Amino acid sequence: MDFGPSDEPVALKILIAGGFGVGKTTLVGAVSEIRPLRTEEVLSDRGIGIDDLGGVEGKTTTTVAMDFGRITIREGLVVYLFGTPGQERFWFMWDELSYGALGAVVLADTRRLTDCFPSVDYFEQRGTPFIVAVNCFDGAARYEPEDVRIALDLDPDVPVLNCDVRLRSSAKTVLITLVEHALKKITTSRY
Amino acid sequence: MSGPEWLDDEAGPVVRPFALTRGRARSSADDMDVIAMVTATGERRPQGLVLGPEQERILHISRRAVSVADIASDLDLPLGVVRVLLGDLKDQGLISVRAPAAMATPRASERVLKEVINGLRAL
Repeated sequence: MDFGPSDEPVALKILIAGGFGVGKTTLVGAVSEIRPLRTEEVLSDRGIGIDDLGGVEGKTTTTVAMDFGRITIREGLVVYLFGTPGQERFWFMWDELSYGALGAVVLADTRRLTDCFPSVDYFEQRGTPFIVAVNCFDGAARYEPEDVRIALDLDPDVPVLNCDVRLRSSAKTVLITLVEHALKKITTSRY
Repeated sequence: MSGPEWLDDEAGPVVRPFALTRGRARSSADDMDVIAMVTATGERRPQGLVLGPEQERILHISRRAVSVADIASDLDLPLGVVRVLLGDLKDQGLISVRAPAAMATPRASERVLKEVINGLRAL
């Protein structure tokens, strides 16, 4: 498989993961125009055991709302950002979104660091290149990225950085860090 | 078009989403990636084929290559519904769907990723 001839349009996916309210939408909006996207998914057996269906046995579909943004690098090269629903019960969505993804940004809030455990586990298991970006909310206790790395038990090669996703420049740095990380993974795996 | 006052956007969709697909939740397009690119082929429609307004809109939007996610957002319809509609159009030969390039070839991906990095810096 190849990217194809250079005149064929290339579309790439980046996932923005993390717990509820951590700033995923803000990050997507800081670098691109946000567009709403709805899914009305048929609950598969992947959701069973995760979804508590008690009392709603007749429910066979569930609606998930997410954000996506589009960054046009040049004519024919577009990067799509998907803010993935944070809850574990939406893992069936993640399987679909992460397939073929360039990589993922796990947004973390140091006040609720455990919220990003599921995302970290998920991308580690799938071998999707990811970075951890600690969103520094006003007044949030600041930790050194190294402390976050230890708390999340991350591999030494996983980049961890502080950010303020309300700022376009900071959001850009987050994305560039991810793509550089993905690039490094490709070049090191070759040897 | 103005409906009765008691029925505003807050009421949610008047028609359940999968009614547009006549209840079908599965189609030949099940594995269509969210960033697969859709292009109208411009082929003549099979005789007697009547398309719904949503499918007409898809054909209109996809005169230039457009992603599945963009179509779903433009139509304000759930992805699952859009996939069924796209599957029908594809089966009729009215659209072509191209899967996104895989990241498998190191040299090609390297070139593209470097381009993405430079592009992001220039944003």
